[in-house]
Amino acid sequence: MPFSLLKYGLKKDYPFEQHADLPTPTKLKASYDVIIIGGGGHGVAIAYYLAKYHGITNVAILEKGYLGGGNTARNTAVIRSNYMTPEGVKFYSESVNMFKNLANEFDFNIMYSQRGQLTLAHTDAAIRGFRQRAEVSKHFGGKTELIDPQEIKELVPTLNMNPGHLPVLAGLWHMDGATARHDAVAWGYAKGATQRGVELHQLTEVLDVIVENNKVTGVKTNRGIVKCGCAVQAVAGHSSLLAAKAGFKLPILSYPLQAMVTQPVKPFLDQMVSSSALHCYVQQTSRGEIVFGGGSDPYPLYNTRSTLELKENLLAHAIEMFPFMANLRLLRQWAGVTDMTSDYSPIMGLSPVDNYYLDAGWGTWGFKATPICGKTMADLIASGGKVPDLIAPFAMDRFKEFRQVNEMGATAASH
Amino acid sequence: MKIMVCPLNGSRNISEFVYGGEVTDMPDPNNCSDAEWADYVFYSDNNIGVVREWWLHAATSYWFIAERHTGTDEIVRTYSTSEIFTKRVEFAPHPPEAKS
Repeated sequence: MPFSLLKYGLKKDYPFEQHADLPTPTKLKASYDVIIIGGGGHGVAIAYYLAKYHGITNVAILEKGYLGGGNTARNTAVIRSNYMTPEGVKFYSESVNMFKNLANEFDFNIMYSQRGQLTLAHTDAAIRGFRQRAEVSKHFGGKTELIDPQEIKELVPTLNMNPGHLPVLAGLWHMDGATARHDAVAWGYAKGATQRGVELHQLTEVLDVIVENNKVTGVKTNRGIVKCGCAVQAVAGHSSLLAAKAGFKLPILSYPLQAMVTQPVKPFLDQMVSSSALHCYVQQTSRGEIVFGGGSDPYPLYNTRSTLELKENLLAHAIEMFPFMANLRLLRQWAGVTDMTSDYSPIMGLSPVDNYYLDAGWGTWGFKATPICGKTMADLIASGGKVPDLIAPFAMDRFKEFRQVNEMGATAASH
Repeated sequence: MKIMVCPLNGSRNISEFVYGGEVTDMPDPNNCSDAEWADYVFYSDNNIGVVREWWLHAATSYWFIAERHTGTDEIVRTYSTSEIFTKRVEFAPHPPEAKS
């Protein structure tokens, strides 16, 4: 060792080959088998599973900004599967399971941490809903149960059990609930995909989708026209605008979602705690900051501005849950534009345009589905349009056939 | 707080109002297909720009139209529905139940 060190010390060049985690291609090819529009978590996950399981590597991810710079960077990183419908629970449970092994698979720490998620019930109606969610979750192998106030007190001693006019009557304790570093998930997928030959083109905006005979044949970008065999859009809040370029409408409205964090404090809160009646959820990051989130803004807007009224409402409720937080200072706030569907479930699968696939309608629940959505969308694309059973209930046509997958109660304010 | 001008009640806090969706042409509810009705109820243009929208002043249950920029949140104009709807839409009564 000392000799080799001396040898390297005397060398003129840096002894190791410079190795970039993310190869940055400079030129766009004239054509790709698959074009993925949107370089967020979902886009890079689709590319990763296309390369890994299907050997499809002639793929370009086109991202108008930078990798994972949109809602992937703005969500509050909740991973859970305690939804209401069998379709939803089946789908999200798969995702929760995949998250557990992601760091090993990437050989890259995504800071996955299984802390459990607790949702509070303040009314009898909420308890009835929780009972159903616990049973559906157990049926599909999840670890979710209804717990009483005594157990809640033991679990979260700092929680105020009688916040204002809404005493805590019961809780839905979801032991599989977890958190992970959202950026790292996107980076891990991007690294794995690009190492297998996928090209990630940042600062490349899709200006138009070229459709001939109702079939997508390419896209027009700010760097020229690129042909493709098929394309998939995974652009979150801007889904409707891109779909309009491909020539169809979506059952989506875009709402801002605001969140904020406090200054870091000593660890006191292991679980993620949420209350849909108080429209608030609270969690402490591994850095010690406390993250607050709530529901979306009350009306649609393509804007990430901050409003005082949302902060006042949200923090008033957070302080009711944890009164000592009134002394903390806010460190920063942000917002993302979320693509909300009216049934609070995503839209995955085929679109009215042939060879053009949809990964949209992720509203406030997209991060937790990143692995399973990437995997099933890759299956869909690789098979040339055969919709996997797991995502069949989330086809856009459900709105025309009146078979919505209602997850509103299990989504609102707990993400 | 952001202010919206209600055509009936004047300037009020935005929190007194409820968003009611884009103003679009309603297909004839008695003759249209299920798909056309679903398109009317669930699908949206969801554009960035000045959009004509339904709004409700919740305190007085008063529906009106607002033209609002969905990128800047600027409310360009609010006005009574009578400006664009000149006649009342009659929904046909439910068909009588078959007698057994």
